[in-house]
Amino acid sequence: MVGIIKYGAGNIFSVMACIKKIGWNCYFVEKKEDIEKAEYIILPGVGNFAEGIEFLNRNGLTEKIREKIREGIPFLGICLGLQLLFEFSEEGDREGMNILEGKVVRFKNINFKIPHMGWNQLEIVKKSSLLNGISKNSYFYFAHSYHILPKHNDIIYGITDYGIKFPSLIIKKNIIGVQFHPEKSGENGVRFIKNFLKKKWLE
Amino acid sequence: MVGIRIIPCLDVKDGKVVKGVHFENLKIAGDPVENAYFYSNEGADEIVFLDISATIEDRKTMIDVVKKVAEVVFIPLTVGGGINSIDDIEKLLTNGADKISINTYAVKNPIIIEEGARRFGSQCIVVAIDAKKIGNGKWEVYIESGKKPTGIDAIEWAKKVEDLGAGEILLTSIDRDGTQDGYDIELTRSVSENVNIPVIASGGAGNLQHLYDAIFYGKADALLIASLLHFRILTIPQIKKYLKERGIEVRI
Repeated sequence: MVGIIKYGAGNIFSVMACIKKIGWNCYFVEKKEDIEKAEYIILPGVGNFAEGIEFLNRNGLTEKIREKIREGIPFLGICLGLQLLFEFSEEGDREGMNILEGKVVRFKNINFKIPHMGWNQLEIVKKSSLLNGISKNSYFYFAHSYHILPKHNDIIYGITDYGIKFPSLIIKKNIIGVQFHPEKSGENGVRFIKNFLKKKWLE
Repeated sequence: MVGIRIIPCLDVKDGKVVKGVHFENLKIAGDPVENAYFYSNEGADEIVFLDISATIEDRKTMIDVVKKVAEVVFIPLTVGGGINSIDDIEKLLTNGADKISINTYAVKNPIIIEEGARRFGSQCIVVAIDAKKIGNGKWEVYIESGKKPTGIDAIEWAKKVEDLGAGEILLTSIDRDGTQDGYDIELTRSVSENVNIPVIASGGAGNLQHLYDAIFYGKADALLIASLLHFRILTIPQIKKYLKERGIEVRI
């Protein structure tokens, strides 16, 4: 079973539809107790950092997610769900879940429109079986105004160019984080989630 | 770098697509899922559903439409038409829509833009602006499907919706809509250069050159296309190949 964390708004429906298409069962995690039966956890992402972290903290989910990640459960954070893993975000000047070191900053000094909205390429900088069947520089769908700045570069597996090159795929042991929306990225996205559920990248 | 988006627009009435792809098999012509699936496979970057149902009662079926489409089509879906509360927005977003587009209600109650952006994030709040030329470098905002003038300057309104938190502007030229004479390049460029959020150009596309012009001269970030695609005058692969050959970045 895949547990999808439901916190306020978000396109959780699409994440659920994508997982069902692959042939997995999933359910929504709304309270911390719900998380126990999950074999995989997905923290989807659409919305606002401050409201997101408040919801997770208030419902004891931050602590629970930390605990599960420590236990080694395969975890996927999407967009805001990736950003929430870090120590701090400029969006609302708030502390995050503090699971990964680094911060979240707004796009600055670029000659492009914000939000970064649309299909952009994932440049693979480090190989992983998570990307099996996905050719290099494949397009994925993005919709965000902030991006992560991890403290340690070794967790960066993919980057994307939007005036500056920002990390769009990170892997740290059982934690996967993507700035793009695999559930909205057509076939490449479905393949990505399929690979995530195969757990091979952990081996 | 981020590609220019090609976005088919499907009009939906009482849960059926009314001006969809002209399939040979007429049985599926009005099915939103078939239409969306077809365009997604053809390479559409997003899909917009515009609800043109006359009554609020009929509009409720839109939620089912979105749900069914989102179960099988994994590209962004935008829904517009008749949205006039945060509750409407929430229902659509939790049932598979990725963005919602507000037009008339945003003019009457701009606070919905602010509240929507705060609750759900700017990236899912699209403000649709229907503009009509009223003089040199001047356009007026119209509401209620382009029937009612508002006295509001289109460029000023575009700047205001950005300030309120809109993530995108869907800009339609009333003068060009349905003419196939080409997009209103001057309008598109004026809006695009005055805001720092993406602008989707709409209204007037008749050929490949028009599409290129809206991007290159009009500075559009995305193109909304209806009849050109529905009547199979152009196909998405054809459009993307042409744009790519002329140096425009597209996802192929």
